[in-house]
Amino acid sequence: MKIKLDNLGIKYMIGDFKNIGFKDYVMQKIKKQHIAKEFWAVDGMSFELQKGDFLGIAGKNGAGKSTLLKTIAGIMQPSRGNIETEGKIAALLELGTGFDGEMTVRENTFLRGALMGYTREFMHETYPDIIAFAELENFQDRPFRQLSSGMKSRLAFSIACLVKPDILILDEVLSVGDGSFKQKSEERMKSIIGGGAITLFVSHSLPQIRKLCNKVLWLDKGKQIAFGESNEVIDQYEQFLKTKKLPESFSIW
Amino acid sequence: MIKTIYERWGKYNFLFEELVKRDFKKRYKRTALGIAWSMLGPLCQLVVMYLVFTHFFGRDIPHFIIYVFAGLKIFTFFKESTSQGMQSLAVNSGILTKIKVPKYLFLLSKNVAALLNFGLMLVIFFIFVLIDGVPLHLRFVMVIYPMLTLLVFNIGVGLVLSALYVFFKDIQYLYDIFTMLLMWMSAIFYSIDTFSETTQQLFLLNPIFVHIHYVRLVILHGYIPAWHIHLICGLYALGALTVGAWFYKRYNYRFIYYM
Repeated sequence: MKIKLDNLGIKYMIGDFKNIGFKDYVMQKIKKQHIAKEFWAVDGMSFELQKGDFLGIAGKNGAGKSTLLKTIAGIMQPSRGNIETEGKIAALLELGTGFDGEMTVRENTFLRGALMGYTREFMHETYPDIIAFAELENFQDRPFRQLSSGMKSRLAFSIACLVKPDILILDEVLSVGDGSFKQKSEERMKSIIGGGAITLFVSHSLPQIRKLCNKVLWLDKGKQIAFGESNEVIDQYEQFLKTKKLPESFSIW
Repeated sequence: MIKTIYERWGKYNFLFEELVKRDFKKRYKRTALGIAWSMLGPLCQLVVMYLVFTHFFGRDIPHFIIYVFAGLKIFTFFKESTSQGMQSLAVNSGILTKIKVPKYLFLLSKNVAALLNFGLMLVIFFIFVLIDGVPLHLRFVMVIYPMLTLLVFNIGVGLVLSALYVFFKDIQYLYDIFTMLLMWMSAIFYSIDTFSETTQQLFLLNPIFVHIHYVRLVILHGYIPAWHIHLICGLYALGALTVGAWFYKRYNYRFIYYM
């Protein structure tokens, strides 16, 4: 299992008709003023991760972290460059979204399991474990909308993490639920990570990254500022947060 | 190609089944009678039509209620499948932007759920046909053919519309107007017999009319349509699917940026 990115870039179009409205778009086309601009949400990413790596991704809002994760998860296609992934991927992006409020917890669990690519047999076998892990035994036939938001995340986490993925993608979800569940989910994570998976993890908490990760990727405005051993990069990043100056070896302008 | 289709089926049949279940069940969620509405609805419609057309309007077309009902239901099947299909990507954007999954499955499941609903309606319809004095005949099985070609046609149209809808929401209002026009051109409430030969041929340009025509011929006129009607149905389905597939392939990954 591995992940390899080579000069990866993801482009959004801004200023096309969806972005500025149909009327303005046509007007600008007629006047020939119109220039749809490209916006590179992620640009020039190159790094490689091996079995057992735990990558922390740091950077301000809008640095391109989510776009990068979605591309690695295969939801988005690179506009340029290359990405290679080997292994079964589980992406926990914004837990709790994409469920259907009207359907029961049981129906939602099966649907989500199917969406994540589990087989029918596997779901029938693991369903009791999922519900037990999420501590929702008494809610199985309730409509999903009646669950509290903590319960929703617990269910989403349980479905996603009851298998052992080769590549685990986390978008700030290490803190799910209340105290006891938090501990349980962290243990679960540790066993997946300890089992040799590649983990990618976005966080704004630098101490957390320092504690958990062996590698760190630092993004700023879609560019890769640094990639390397975690303490080294975090030190640079903290320096940057204090001085607001990017390292001299790198200039984005 | 057969092999890849088979492999994909193996990989996605569980997901597909769950999606169809969801789409089918959701239609009647929070109703007391649930799925029974799939049959109760058409039953009530038939009663109303029976009252209206037997007592208030004279008619020259024999078995007028069957004539109208067949047309109306086939048209509604087309309209519902395509307008719900149009929104199938946008409605599921919460899933599509978080989980990697083939997007066309959401459209297919909507269509299959609509077909199931249509099938339940057909049961009531055939009971009424029998009551109205048209004996059931083995020939009626042929109704399956236009239903399948219409299903494929709906999927093709849905592929185009769902892609357009992501970029251009106004399409839903344009499509409403378009389907209204199409409805009045599908000879649901009138017969085309009064038109000239050439005008009658023009009606064949309307895919929905051809499908309605087929079903009426089988049930009311007592014969299976000529081969060229089969061919026309098949070609419409294939044509729509080809254009739809091309559209989908082309815009498949661009959807995400607009969701």
